[in-house]
This record gives sequence, C-alpha cells and structure tokens, in this order.
Amino acid sequence: MLAEIFFAYFAVVIVLTSILVIASRNPVHSVLWMLLLFFHIAGLYLMLDAEFLAAIQIIIYAGAILVLFLFVVLLLNLKEEIKGRPFSRIFVIALVLAIGMAVVISSTMKLLPPGPVGQYSMDMIRATKGGNSSIIGRVMYTEFLFPFEIASTILLVAIIGAIVLAKKRLRS
Amino acid sequence: MSKYLLIPVLPLLAFFINIILGRRYLKDNAQWVSIAAVLGSFVIAVSSLFDVISGSRFYGDIYTWVVAGNFRASVGFNIDELTSIMLIVVTTISSLVHIYSVGYMHGDKGYYRFFSYLSLFTFSMLMLVMSNNFLQLYFGWEAVGLCSYLLIGFWYEKRSASDAGKKAFIVNRVGDFGFALGVFMIYLTFGSLDYRTVFNSLSMHLNDPLVHMNLGITAVDVNLFTLIALLLFCGAVGKSAQIPLHVWLPDAMEGPTPVSALIHAATMVTAGVFMVARCSPIFNLSPFAMNVVAVVGAVTAIFAASIGLVQNDIKRVIAYSTISQLGYMFLAEGVGAYSAGIFHLYTHAFFKALLFLGAGSVMHAMEGELNIQKMGGLRKYMPWTYWTFLLASLSISGIPGFAGFFSKDEILWQAYSSGGPGRLVWIIGSITAFMTALYSFRVFFMAFHGEFRGTHEQEHHLHESPKVMTIPLAILATGAVVAGWVGIPSLLGGGNQIAGYLGHVLGHPKGEGTGMQEMMVMGFSTALGILGIGLSYIMYGRRSELPQKIAAAFKPLYTLFYNKYYVDELYSYTVVKPTLWIGKNILGKVTDGTIIEGVVNGVPGLIGWFSARFRRIQTGLVQEYAAVMAIGILIIMVVLIVW
Amino acid sequence: MVPIQWYLWLSVIVFSIGVFGFLSRRNIIVIFMSIELMLNGVNISLVAFSHYLQDMRGQILVFFVIAVAAAEAAIGLAIIISLFRNKATAHVDDIDEMKG
Repeated sequence: MLAEIFFAYFAVVIVLTSILVIASRNPVHSVLWMLLLFFHIAGLYLMLDAEFLAAIQIIIYAGAILVLFLFVVLLLNLKEEIKGRPFSRIFVIALVLAIGMAVVISSTMKLLPPGPVGQYSMDMIRATKGGNSSIIGRVMYTEFLFPFEIASTILLVAIIGAIVLAKKRLRS
Repeated sequence: MSKYLLIPVLPLLAFFINIILGRRYLKDNAQWVSIAAVLGSFVIAVSSLFDVISGSRFYGDIYTWVVAGNFRASVGFNIDELTSIMLIVVTTISSLVHIYSVGYMHGDKGYYRFFSYLSLFTFSMLMLVMSNNFLQLYFGWEAVGLCSYLLIGFWYEKRSASDAGKKAFIVNRVGDFGFALGVFMIYLTFGSLDYRTVFNSLSMHLNDPLVHMNLGITAVDVNLFTLIALLLFCGAVGKSAQIPLHVWLPDAMEGPTPVSALIHAATMVTAGVFMVARCSPIFNLSPFAMNVVAVVGAVTAIFAASIGLVQNDIKRVIAYSTISQLGYMFLAEGVGAYSAGIFHLYTHAFFKALLFLGAGSVMHAMEGELNIQKMGGLRKYMPWTYWTFLLASLSISGIPGFAGFFSKDEILWQAYSSGGPGRLVWIIGSITAFMTALYSFRVFFMAFHGEFRGTHEQEHHLHESPKVMTIPLAILATGAVVAGWVGIPSLLGGGNQIAGYLGHVLGHPKGEGTGMQEMMVMGFSTALGILGIGLSYIMYGRRSELPQKIAAAFKPLYTLFYNKYYVDELYSYTVVKPTLWIGKNILGKVTDGTIIEGVVNGVPGLIGWFSARFRRIQTGLVQEYAAVMAIGILIIMVVLIVW
Repeated sequence: MVPIQWYLWLSVIVFSIGVFGFLSRRNIIVIFMSIELMLNGVNISLVAFSHYLQDMRGQILVFFVIAVAAAEAAIGLAIIISLFRNKATAHVDDIDEMKG
C-alpha cells in the first residue's frame, strides 16, 4: 500500500511538472520545473531498485544538462521573446497528434510478456556484493563494452562539435 | 599472327601519338612517327607477300568483337593472294605519299594533324583489306570514308573545302546504305559474316528455294544472290565514284594533293574494286549483277573520260581520269576477269599516284595554280617532274612496255574474249583508251610544253620541288614502268604470273580466244593509244588554235562535256534543293517549331504549374515538418499494431 | 507492489506531453526541453521493464540514452547560440529560409 501511495505522489508531481515545463512562458521557469521533474523521476528509479540510475539522473541530468540549459537561457537575452505568443499555429494539430500517440502507444501494453524472463532477480542483486551498481558495471564492461566505447566517441564528437559551432567566426 | 597484327596497329599507334602529342610537342617533327610506322607496315607487308607466295596463308580471328545472342563478329585477318597485293599497294603508296608530304605540307599549321589523319587512313585501309569478315570490312569501309572526309576538308577554313568534304561524305552515305543492306542480307541468308563460312556455304544455298525465289522487284528476275550482289555493288559505286554517285570525287580535289594521290586515286577509291573481287563468289552466281557491274563500269569509263577531255583544272582532269580507270576495273570484274581488274588496280595505283604527285609538284611550283591554261613550258624549270609525269602519262595511255599497257590490255582482251555483251564493253573500253591518251597528253603538253602563260610573278617563282618530293616521284615512276612486268601475257613471251597468282582466290576467267585475236586486240588498243597521243600533240603540242576551232565546231557537245553533263545541277534540283526545302519548311517549321518545341516547352510548363501548387507544402517551418513526420510515425505504428 | 502498467501509463503521458511541447511551442529552448521530456518518458518505461523482467539491459540502455542526451544537449545548445547570434531570435517560426 505504501508503494502505491509513493507512486501516486511521484506520478502526480511528474505529470504536473511536465505540463508546467512546456506551459511556462519564461524558459527559466521551465528549467526550474524540469529540475523538480528530474528529482521525482530519480525517486521513481529508486522505487524500481535502480539506485545507480537514480544517482546518474541527478548528477548528469539535473547537475549537468539542466545547468547547461540554464546557462544558455541566461546567455541569450530572451526578454523580447517572452512577450510574444508562446504557441505556434499548429497548436491544435499538435494536441491531436500527442493524444493520438498516447492512445496508440498505450494500446501496445497488452503485448507485455507475462512474467520475469531475466536472471537479475531482486534476491540475486541483493546477494551480490556492491548491489545494483556492481552488476551494471559488470554487464557494461563485458556485454556492452563496444557500445560503451562508441558512447565515449559520441561524447568526444559532441564536445568538438559544440566548440566549433558555438565559437565566434575567426577573421583570417 | 602477331606479325600480321602489327601491320594495321603500327599506323594506329602513330595516329594516337600524333593526335595526342602532335599539337603541343611534336609540331614540325610529326612526320617521323607516321613515316616510321608506315614503313614498318610496308616491311611486314612485303614479308607477308613472300609468305603467301611460299604458300603459307593466314585465316583466323584475333579478337571477338561483338557477341549478342547468336550473332558473333570478330576482328580477324585473311592474308591471301588478293590481300597481299592490296597490302603492297596500300603500304607502298602510303609510304611514298607520307614522304612526299614532308615537302608538300611543309610549314602548314595543321602539319601534325595531316600526318595523324594519314596514319589513321592507312590503319583503316589496312583493316579493310585484311578483314576476314563483312563487319570488319564495313568498319574499314566507313573509317576510310571518315578519313577521306577529314582530309578533303583538311583546310576547313576554306568554304569550298569543307563543302567538298561534306559532299563526299553524304554521297558516300547513299552507296554505303546499300552496302549495309547487303551485309544485313548476307547475315540473314547465311547466319554469319565470316568470309569463309559465307563463301563455303554458297554452294549449299544453291538449292535453297529462297535463292530461286523471284523477288520481283523489277521486271527482271531478281533472285537473292542478285539482290545481295547489287546491294554490295551499291557500296562500291559510292566508294569508287561510279555513275551515278561519281559527283563527289572531282570535288574531293579540294583536299591537299598528297591526299588526292593516296586516297582519291590509289587506295580508298579502289576499295570498291577490291570488295567486288573479294565477294566474287557471290557475284559469280548472278549473271545479271555481273552485267550491271560491267555496264556501269564501261559507261563510267567513257563518260568520265569525255569530261576529262575538256576540263582545265589539272587535278580535276586527273580525278576524272581516276573515275574512268575505276570504270575500267569494274568493267573487267563485270566480265569475270577479277584478276585483270585487281591487276589494273595495282598498276593504276602507281601511275595515278604519280600523276597526282606530279600535279602537286607543279602546283607547288605555281603557288597553288591549278588551271592548265595558265601553265606551259614547265619542262625546263622542273625536269624531274617533267620526266616522271611523262612516264606516268605513257603508262596510263597504254604504250607497250609500261605498266598500264599490260593491265589495260588484259582487261580489253578479257572483255573481248568473254563474248556476248563483252564485245560491246570492249568497244567502249577501246574508245576510252583513245580518250585516255588524248586527255592525259593534253595535260602533259599544255603544262610542260609551249610558252609559259601565267603571270610574271609565277614565272619568277618557278622551281623544281625539293628532293623529299622528287625522290618519291622517281620511285613511283619506276613502279609505273616495271609494275606491269609481273603480268606480261604469254603472247609476248611473259608468264602472266599475276593472273596465276590471283587465280587461287579469284578464279580464272572463262573467256577463250586465239592468239591471233589477242594480237589484234592488243594492236588495236596500242594503235588507239598512240593515235591519242599523236592527236594530242597536234592539238596541244603544235597548233594551239586547233582546240578552239574544234570546240566551236562541236559547241553543244563541248558545253555538255565542260559542264560535266550537268549531273551536279541535276542533283541540285532533284535532290539537294527539295531536301533543303523540306528541312527548312517542314522539319524546321512544323516538326521542330511546333511539335518538338511544344513538347519541350510544354513539359516544363506542366511541371512548373504543378510545383507552383505543391511548393506550398514546403513551409520552411521545422515544427510542421516534424508534425508531418509524427503523422507518418503514427500511421506506421497503427499499421504494425493492426497487422 | 505497483503494477508495471502504471509506470507505462506515466511514461506514455510524459512522452506525449513532450511530443505536444515539441510540436506546439515557439521558443526553441523549450522545444529542446520537450525532447528531454520525451527521453525521460522513455527512460521511465525502460527502467520499469528492466525491473519487472529482471533484465539489466534496460538500465544499460537508459545509461546510453543519458549519454546521448548529454551529447545532444551540448550540440543543440551550441546550435541555438550560433543561431541566435545570426538571426537574433529564439522563435522557430521566424526561421523559414527553406520555404518553397
């Protein structure tokens, strides 16, 4: 019963903050609502016994990405932009599409497999020294080593790309 | 085999080297590559002649050129007696003309281009004569036509030269169309283009009902072999400038004189004669086609000779003489004396090339003057040219001992002895022999004897040509005398080796006659030749007012001859002008102006109309593109779930 | 024990709100945040699957999603900065150079 109550709290806050993120006129407010949203999603991850991801969610999303957003919002002087109408002309179409997408995606829920199929049961995780983080590390550096390396390359490319794109044109 | 491959490949290499490197690097040294290549070909040609004489012929494919379904064509060589003679003619004349051109074309800004074209021509001509199948023959046939076009229009800045080039090309198209149809018919009938396959299966097809089917094209019984033979002959008529397609050859004299000597006298124009000889097995099966060949040849011979009598342009006289002599060769082939025709081709190559190169030497001295009325007395200025020209003229007039005598006599004798229409052909040939002597010596006396009639500057400029030009003249003059000695008839104590040699391929003529008759024919034609020379001497060498009197007395005939029977005018009014009218008014205005323009402008108009409407979709707003994408994703998901 | 369907419903709702925000907002920074919303919606369902199917691959996938999201945010924000420098606008419907 306690789990359901916690879930209900997280779910309500997540949905509300999501709506506020896209509804706020001022992007700074959006960023702050998003911060709240990310903390609650991290809480949800804890409920799902994904402690490592919960930590990552807060460190990377809340700590790094959102701060980046905030910097950009502050860098750009958006006073004029905030005054205009916030929504584009395809507002209604967007609403219909979003609802349509929700309906279509939710209709796939009946295709769920009936029960657990993997080996990482709760008991197994608890019995492992280091718990969830240790198991993620083990899987990551064995089965997913190659994608992991590729992810590092992607990040490198992103760093270089961001520098190239954002720096001022040098007059040669 | 590889030795034979080198014969055409050497000039081809020279062509590529000259055309690629000539403009930038070789410039005035372009002759070395070409001359070296053609001399190499000449040496190999001589060695292959000895091969054939010693009995080793070659017949085989080198390379598979086309494979399409059941159709198969190769590049291959057929080195036999006929080919070896042609090889000698082509490479000898080509080598001498190459050397001569070094002097003649000296300083021309297209020097490298000239030599590369000459090499390309030599390659094409060699491919033509060495071919072992009809497709390669056709390739060579068209390639020499192309070179002829390029070289006639060599001085393309000159309007008349480029027009003459086009005329030669277009008139040849007419004949080549027939030739192509002939090749198609051969493929349809025999299922192959290979000489040996075709000629060997001729006898099998003799009983084929198709062959005896009367195609009923005209009142004459035209059976399949007649049709094929006539279509092939069509090509020969165009290429060898026989009536009615002779009109291009006199105009072709716009090209440089070495070209006239090589292409329009000694080699390319004789390709028709060679082709008929090569296809003699087919022609032999069709008496009707043979008669056509004989009659066309005889009529052309006398027709062209009569025009040659009154022309004033030195090169045109020789050009009509060439047409006339080609008529002789066809006349011989028409009566079944193929080897006599080829023999005449071979001797003719020497004395006619010599006449042209001599004329070129004269032009060189006269600063391009062509009118023999403005020459005269050149003898003392140009001794080499004078003597060699005299030898060539004696040879073409059929004076005993010279090359032309033996071949011409052989033709006339074969015509006489073949009986039937051969007698008529013989009479025409004999009259032509008389006219030949007359016009040849007319040129000779008017150009080299008497007083100089040109301008003072021209007279001051007169000089003998350089050694590089006179030495080829001397070599050719030797050929014009001795080349016929391989065919001395048995009546005069010779062995007539060439008839026996070519007989392996071309067969022996069926005509028969007594020694008495042969002596009579020989004496008659010799007498006519001497008579022609004598008359010419009286008219042009001694009393120069006589020609005007005769011209005045036979005014209509003279006008007719002088205007070349108005054939050019006839074609202009019946073919050229109507074609131009149709091109301008129907094709230009209706087809091009209305239909094609309509389509060409209509399609973009329609596309423009549609795109003016469809472009609205492109709003340029990224969110609307994303919305469309979302719709697409939704549709895909729905489809996947519903399925 | 919370049934997996609840998580999935939450995931669908967050995702759809992201889609709506992406398609309807004019401010390019908010559009970017909508993308993060969509990614988080997906992440919720992935972690839920991972937990209920007792398979670690779901969580690994989330890890990669976060890595890519970080890269994407860096690039995207750089693009926004250079765009703002050139066009002096943060509204996407002011940018229609590709209009046909």
